[in-house]
Amino acid sequence: MELIYSRTKTIQEDKVSGFCPGCMHSTVIKLIGEVIEELDVVDKSVLITGIGCCGLHMDYIAYDTITAPHGRACAVATGMKKASPDSLIFTYQGDGDFASIGLAESVSAANRGGNFTVIFINNGIYGMTGGQMAPTTLLGMKASTAPKGRIAEEHGYPMHMSEILDKLTAPAYIERTSCNNPQNVMKTKKAITKAFKNQLEGKGFSMVEIVTSCPTNWGLDPMKSLEFIEEKMLPEYPLGVIRDTIG
Amino acid sequence: MGKGTIKVVADRCKSCGYCIKFCPKGVLAIGKNVNAKGYEYVEPVNMDDCIACAICGRICPDGAIEVYKN
Repeated sequence: MELIYSRTKTIQEDKVSGFCPGCMHSTVIKLIGEVIEELDVVDKSVLITGIGCCGLHMDYIAYDTITAPHGRACAVATGMKKASPDSLIFTYQGDGDFASIGLAESVSAANRGGNFTVIFINNGIYGMTGGQMAPTTLLGMKASTAPKGRIAEEHGYPMHMSEILDKLTAPAYIERTSCNNPQNVMKTKKAITKAFKNQLEGKGFSMVEIVTSCPTNWGLDPMKSLEFIEEKMLPEYPLGVIRDTIG
Repeated sequence: MGKGTIKVVADRCKSCGYCIKFCPKGVLAIGKNVNAKGYEYVEPVNMDDCIACAICGRICPDGAIEVYKN
């Protein structure tokens, strides 16, 4: 028998992540691990996590990590890249961290075109703190701070971070993907590979926005949350390459 | 004997069912046994139909599935 697929060695063997069943944080960190193994850059990879569920990864992965102050992962990555230009520096942030608390740092870092990569997890809600409304929450979607659902007049509209950053001059590559089916999982892996290669070749700021689920705070089981992504999230956040100045 | 063999690492499985949904051949099902975290983990029930496509492994969030080609 020939082994054709198994768990990446970048996740510690003796630990099982504490993420809820069906949570795609685990899927994305698994893909990142596979990519850095394939590019043979595990030893020079530095994961900079934000605060929130995304920060839980530090306990499970088997390469270097830093946890940034809330929202400041892009600022930390900017400094890390200047101090250690040969390392593969990437941030891993949720929508609360990247698009709300860290909005100024995120946009400023993208505007400077820092040569690092952002992995931005968009599940439309705050996970760890208990399902509060995020900037990316859909109109009409219920959250613990919007029990009747998000209302545009009161709460504003969902923020499309990829499109917002696309208006800047400096970013090199921005793509939005999802993990809701095997095809999209493979496309996400391809996008992460491209974003990391851009950095290794010194092309500048790359971001991969990944539309994922939060079954627990959406109040759905993992199967229903896959349908919710397909029916509600993807029409609001269409997938595809938003910007590619490299070709 | 099928084209592939699947091994589920019981303690990593969280019973989300993604592998069952996307397996094109209906090889997997949620079993009756419970793992250390209290989840009824997935078990292969129809291994003869496995085509070793590894979709189950790739979609599994927790890397609980190993796929072998016979």
